[in-house]
Amino acid sequence: MDSQIYLKNVSTLEYDSSLCIGCKMCVEVCPHNVFRMVDKKSEIIDRDKCMECGACEINCSPGALKVKQGVGCAAAVISGFFKGTEPNCDCGTNTNCC
Amino acid sequence: MDFTKLSLVSPTLTSSTWSRADRWGAVRVRSSIGRNHYQLAPGLYKLGKPGSDSDVFVSANYKLSFDILRRELKGLDAWILVLQTYGVNVWCAAGKGTFGTDEIIRQIKDTGLGSYVSHKRLIVPQLGAPGVSAHKVKKSSGFSVKFGPVRAEDIKDYIAAGYKKDELTRSVQFNFKDRILLAPVEVMNSLKYLILALIFFGLLSGIHRGGYSFPLILEEGPIAIIFLLTAYLTGAVFTPALLPWLPFRHFGGKGLIAGFLTSGLMILLIAPGSQAFGMIAWLLISGAVSSFLAMNFTGASTYTGLSGVRKEMRFFVPLQIALTVIGITLLIISKLN
Ligand code: SF4
Ligand code: SF4
Repeated sequence: MDSQIYLKNVSTLEYDSSLCIGCKMCVEVCPHNVFRMVDKKSEIIDRDKCMECGACEINCSPGALKVKQGVGCAAAVISGFFKGTEPNCDCGTNTNCC
Repeated sequence: MDFTKLSLVSPTLTSSTWSRADRWGAVRVRSSIGRNHYQLAPGLYKLGKPGSDSDVFVSANYKLSFDILRRELKGLDAWILVLQTYGVNVWCAAGKGTFGTDEIIRQIKDTGLGSYVSHKRLIVPQLGAPGVSAHKVKKSSGFSVKFGPVRAEDIKDYIAAGYKKDELTRSVQFNFKDRILLAPVEVMNSLKYLILALIFFGLLSGIHRGGYSFPLILEEGPIAIIFLLTAYLTGAVFTPALLPWLPFRHFGGKGLIAGFLTSGLMILLIAPGSQAFGMIAWLLISGAVSSFLAMNFTGASTYTGLSGVRKEMRFFVPLQIALTVIGITLLIISKLN
């Protein structure tokens, strides 16, 4: 599914395999199949598929995964720029993120 | 409406069939008219006749999310725990953290969920995972979170498979149908920009060598309208629909190419042989408009991350501005000639 890859080498995902306890949560939560289990440890299959949703980080109890969570939404980046805040998905008003 | 909020003491029934009002509501929400107020009360709901061993599904108080869930659960007896997400769907609310760890813990407590069920399992939609830390919910409430499939339509298969997902049911798709369903939202979202652009370029068309003329607006304004509308639809509808088939990974680049193509086509169709400067101007402006709208579609797409969007914007926003400025300059030059 190559068309599901956005830009290459931009994701902030980091993984420290020495901390992994093999709980498989990252595999369960990642919506883009970034991980797989190899010998009871997680392994990153393709970092470029990561959309920085942050699901893996908050569900990795030993803290082996780190990613800068954010919304990949240009409209949010624009309004964040004008408001001087981090981009966030203000769906309640008019953005298209949902 | 055929369901009501469950009170703590005597839960009421929710039906798994959609009433006429629900269906009409779904249409309205998809086209983003009045979607801000499309909420239902948070709390615990009953589907069918759930018992103490029935599954508990967690949902957002965005009515469309809830309605899709109860439709897909048709025939099952289950509990539905609706979180307060202020009418925002699961995926977006999870990103903000309102569909999140703390809210689940709070709703478990407030509804007294533990007194209705004898087990300690919650099924949370996988797209809620960016907000829900399973081990923290477990620690504070004793309930263990199982992340169900991404799409509600896979829930029955998921249950039948013994609460297991495969690669497909846990991945987000972004197919033609998904993208087309988002088109009306896209069209509505940037409408304010379109109206401003129409006014600006409408007024601009009154300029001529001898000064300014209002009748000229009526004469040349329609050209501006045609190009702007074409570029708008190209960026908001055609580019999203044809996303995987357009060149470049950058959405802004896809929109730019598509904008050049459709405006080029327009030039051939409506104005072959007309003033070169004016036509080049419309080509550039159309490219910029379409590129901008396509770039905004990153918000609707399900595979673009913030780092990537920032990277593409650093390049495409200046480009869009430059194309627009050059385009407007050429347009004015063509009018003064
Ligand atoms: S969630 Fe963390 S600990 Fe669990 S398998 Fe993945 S990386 Fe390892
Ligand atoms: S941040 Fe989201 S998309 Fe990226 S690896 Fe983690 S779960 Fe997957």
